[in-house]
Amino acid sequence: MTKTPLTNSGFYSESPRSGVLGWLLSTDHKRIGMMYLGCITTMFIVAAVLGLAMRLQLFTPGQHIMTAQTYNATFTVHGIIMIFLFIIPSIPAAFGNLLLPIQIGARDVFFPKLNLLSWYLYISGAILAILAIFTGTGAPDTGWTFYVPFSTQTSTNVSLAAMAAFMLGFSSILTGINFVTTIHRLRAEGMGWGRLPLFVWTLYATAWIQVLATPMLGITLVLVMLERFFGAGLFDVASGGDPILFQHLFWIYSHPAVYIMILPAMGVISEIIPTFSRKPLFGYWAMAISSLAIAFAGSLVWAHHMYASGMSDFAILVFSLLTFIVAIPSAIKIFNWISTLYKGSIQLGPPMLYALAFILQFAIGGLGGLALGAAAADIHLHDTTFVVGHFHYTMFGGTGFAFFAALHYWLPKFTGRMYNHKIAFIAWGLLFVGFNVTYMAMQAVGIQGMPRRYYDYLPEFQTLNMVATLGSWVLAAGLIMMFANLLKGMLNGKLIGMNPWGGATLEWQVPSPPPMLNFGKEDPVVTRGPYDYKGVKADEF
Amino acid sequence: MSFEHRDDTGDRFGMWLFLYTEVILFSGLFILYAIALITYPQEYITASNKLNIWFGGANTVVLLTSSLTIALAITAIQRNQIRLCINLCVATIGLAIVFLINKYFEWSHEISLGIYPASETLRDMGPGVTSFFNLYYFTAGLHGLHVLIGATLITVVAVMVAKGKVTSDRYVLLENSALYWHLVDLVWIFLFPLYYLII
Amino acid sequence: MSEEKHEPVPYQTFILIWVALIILTGITVGVAQFDFGAVNIWVALSVASLKSALVLFVFMHLRQESLLFKIGLLAMLIILVIFIGLTFTDVLYREVLP
Repeated sequence: MTKTPLTNSGFYSESPRSGVLGWLLSTDHKRIGMMYLGCITTMFIVAAVLGLAMRLQLFTPGQHIMTAQTYNATFTVHGIIMIFLFIIPSIPAAFGNLLLPIQIGARDVFFPKLNLLSWYLYISGAILAILAIFTGTGAPDTGWTFYVPFSTQTSTNVSLAAMAAFMLGFSSILTGINFVTTIHRLRAEGMGWGRLPLFVWTLYATAWIQVLATPMLGITLVLVMLERFFGAGLFDVASGGDPILFQHLFWIYSHPAVYIMILPAMGVISEIIPTFSRKPLFGYWAMAISSLAIAFAGSLVWAHHMYASGMSDFAILVFSLLTFIVAIPSAIKIFNWISTLYKGSIQLGPPMLYALAFILQFAIGGLGGLALGAAAADIHLHDTTFVVGHFHYTMFGGTGFAFFAALHYWLPKFTGRMYNHKIAFIAWGLLFVGFNVTYMAMQAVGIQGMPRRYYDYLPEFQTLNMVATLGSWVLAAGLIMMFANLLKGMLNGKLIGMNPWGGATLEWQVPSPPPMLNFGKEDPVVTRGPYDYKGVKADEF
Repeated sequence: MSFEHRDDTGDRFGMWLFLYTEVILFSGLFILYAIALITYPQEYITASNKLNIWFGGANTVVLLTSSLTIALAITAIQRNQIRLCINLCVATIGLAIVFLINKYFEWSHEISLGIYPASETLRDMGPGVTSFFNLYYFTAGLHGLHVLIGATLITVVAVMVAKGKVTSDRYVLLENSALYWHLVDLVWIFLFPLYYLII
Repeated sequence: MSEEKHEPVPYQTFILIWVALIILTGITVGVAQFDFGAVNIWVALSVASLKSALVLFVFMHLRQESLLFKIGLLAMLIILVIFIGLTFTDVLYREVLP
């Protein structure tokens, strides 16, 4: 096989404009998807470095590399970048853009120009967020939740950071509108609702949450900004407001937002598990409906973040009860993945390893969620590092690992080149061990009572904190190895054919990388289901 | 190479989705209103009485009428009555401007009385009245911003109709701008009784 | 997924709806002149909902759109009711009102 540069094939070579403008002004969903992927990965690395710095500060008690104020700014910026610039757009914006049109047999999303606008809003939000760190009166120190009254009173650069989050929310809304419309209007002939890949189903559920919940974040952040600029006082008791209402409005969005984060990840896993088990997905409709059910149930439970806020006992009772409902569709998914594996002809390719790690880690995170959802246990665990550990188990061990799985599964498709599998295995091992050591230790020390968001701690917490920090180094080594391997594979890995894994969804029936407009002159006609592996074979590579 | 397709229903569906997001955006303010109303029922009556019902009532009629003119504009373009369509758009824009001028006088009057967010007068009136006027200013302000955006959209589309870029065959842009304008009307339909007519 | 176009709605229909909207506005203003206690706010909200329905179904052509548009609207309204209703489980049951 000859080594042709990446830019000479597929959608990389066909463009009405050449050079950088061919990317910055492109409305092609694959180019926009690749631009998202690049930015999102960069943001992840930046925020991961901040996370490692925090772990380093917490290695032993006392002040080492940062002061209390720097630590506050660090966890705030780590949170804002990870949540708004990485996890929320990670799978939907990057992989959703790359794959959604191809998987439903369309040539682009429904509103290609709007799609480009979403990307520009994302970039503007990213730039504002970075400006908020380095300009004005210092990086915001409120935590990513912007809780009042502190966020309306602190002298740090909260307004700019809130503005950034507002723009990112707008970007997310436009992507959601685009995806819902695309899935309704652009499915190819024969692509009925029963033939949608699960990834598309989860993107559909996600897109509805993006449309219906995100505006609430928008208005909440606008009110915080108004309060800072005009002293409006809508959340200020002296002016007849109520700070707890801020928490309500904030979590009305931000709880559904964790389903924006996790649902597409579940979609990725539902694609990978059947392909690597050579077996149709178990319980297709249960999986599809449970995605919508998670999206719906996710809008019922927001105040379980507020048990210790002073809201009414009746509300605590109601929300605690409703919270357990979310466990049902989530458990349906876990059981169906495992049933798909049962008696399958399992191949442990790199994407599959990440998917298996996802199942384990998401289950641990989910079980921790039950402890936090129960009001009685939560009063003890609230604002401890147990919450931080739980959150990272679901969001990093869940969505993060699903993002890595998606990178290993689909990146070869969009670059036409394969990475080194042996190094991928080693990197996965380091990530898996490092991740679990870090966050399990964090959960354990949280149960012992260590509060979150403190730069210092009592000496009795030292052992577990050291373990967590050591784990974070293994994690970092795994990340470096994984990204280096993927990058090397992208640039000069082995060339691959259409279908390196033997997938049955439509993206595996177009060249790698796919051409502009995805399919040839004829519009595709779909005649088989997404997990119908009869006669589908993986290419040799 | 770019991706060409024509699907007016899809375009309209996308606009409706956007309108849902707008409703949720405003609902945040209405939730705060509802909670403050049950917390300070007496103060809200006092505060509501300070608003001039004639300003609010006149603006309601103006907005309802502008909603009518833009709805008529769509029938006009469907029947290929281009001149009538443009006139109806211009009428809508005119009514939008009347609305904003009216709002300007109303706000000027209130500000001259010392009633505006974070003012001394307001603070002396106590937390209930303060929260009423804070919410009133921000909800009406956000609504006014939408009036401005909607009027701009309709201006752009009216020019496109005049230039023959929006025609009786392809008028989804006019439809979507009209949808946006109706949303502005819908918000006001709730805003008016809740702020001006509390007794 | 056919490329359907709407039949033009007659001018008279729109004008009739406008008259109805103005009358309903008059009713709201009229009722607000008398103190019926908590009834006032519910009358105001009901009339506003009726007016919204007229605007949505006629002015905004929802009547002519496919089922999808109506289901979408319904989904949005259900979510809205959940957001408002569940917030009230807190606010209504606080020992000290905010």
